[in-house]
Amino acid sequence: MKIAIPVDEKDMKTGVCPSFGRAPYFLIYNTETKENEFLDNSAAASTGGAGIKAAQAIVDSGAKALLTPRCGENAANVLKAADIKLYKTTGASAMADIEAFIAGTLPILDEIHAGFHGHKGN
Amino acid sequence: MTVAVLSGKGGTGKTLVSANLAAAAGKAVYMDCDVEEPNGHLFFRPKAVEEKTVTVTIPQVNPELCTGCRVCVDFCKFNALAHINDKLMVFEEICHSCGGCVLLCPEKALTEKEKPIGKIQKGTSEGVLVQTGIMNTGEATGVPIIKTLLDENKGRTDRAVFIDCPPGSACTVMESIQDADYCLLVAEPTLFGVHNLNMVYELVRLFNKPFGVVLNKCLEGENPAEEFCLEKGIKILSRIPFDNELGKLNSDGKIAVRENDKYRKLFSDLLEGVKKEVHHETAFNS
Repeated sequence: MKIAIPVDEKDMKTGVCPSFGRAPYFLIYNTETKENEFLDNSAAASTGGAGIKAAQAIVDSGAKALLTPRCGENAANVLKAADIKLYKTTGASAMADIEAFIAGTLPILDEIHAGFHGHKGN
Repeated sequence: MTVAVLSGKGGTGKTLVSANLAAAAGKAVYMDCDVEEPNGHLFFRPKAVEEKTVTVTIPQVNPELCTGCRVCVDFCKFNALAHINDKLMVFEEICHSCGGCVLLCPEKALTEKEKPIGKIQKGTSEGVLVQTGIMNTGEATGVPIIKTLLDENKGRTDRAVFIDCPPGSACTVMESIQDADYCLLVAEPTLFGVHNLNMVYELVRLFNKPFGVVLNKCLEGENPAEEFCLEKGIKILSRIPFDNELGKLNSDGKIAVRENDKYRKLFSDLLEGVKKEVHHETAFNS
């Protein structure tokens, strides 16, 4: 099964990025083959709707679960439509969260924030 | 004559100045373009109010025609579209109504539909036409509502128009000032106020609009906003004192010009000053 995590660096020692939609990269990890792949997040520099675009990329990657510290409403709706499950990371490191996910100890993310739409600056 | 009243910072006195100028002019239009939180109507309490809904066009998909080519998804700069599980999702509140997706769809699977985003209200208050733009909560932009208000007064010559702009210097402010013959910048004597005065100062210069400043909440002692004006050579048209009496009238929802002779004089003088400036600009530019 493929899982996705927003990360700060293209390195297996990377930390988890606090933002989903505007994370620089996504780590796509296959829990069976242990293969990993880093995707550049083209949504990171979007004027708006970054979460939607990032969620589209996760769906297209074939991941079945997203491990993230938080997720906005619009992104969650995209992920839900694709039956992707959301888990809340603990913040230690991407690898530690992957291990916790495999061990079945990572909690489900059930707090979806309303997003940061429209903060274009006055 | 169309006068836009703006200030970078909120709470500086845009409504105070624009409402009192309109009341001093008597036969005037007061146009509230602060569509996210219009409050001029609280002072004018207009009568015989008529409403008009403002809509924008957003895409709707015919799933039978959509082949999932994603031309629309890739095109949308605002990421208002996603293609998931062979279905196109439209995020209506993210859409900026550019119509690009509808134009580009090779299958003609996208068409436009009308979506209400707010309304305008028109009423009268002692000879002043009070026009208010009101945006529904959560919408992306109030620009279409402001456009509707401006269209109501295109080419108007029978009375002066005073535009109460939104705070800041973003799209809605640019829209609000584009038809203005003159811009009045309201400033308060704080460093934060000066920072935001500088933002609108740069904006009106960029738009090549003639402008002047009204110093509000003036106290004894130093005034950073006044210093800014002196330094940049900006004309100061009026100084409104930091005054309990005015504050009380304002918080009671009263229009100072209609209640108090001192303030009737202050705003009438400001009105004359603005008229002179506009006349000078017209003569100068023609």
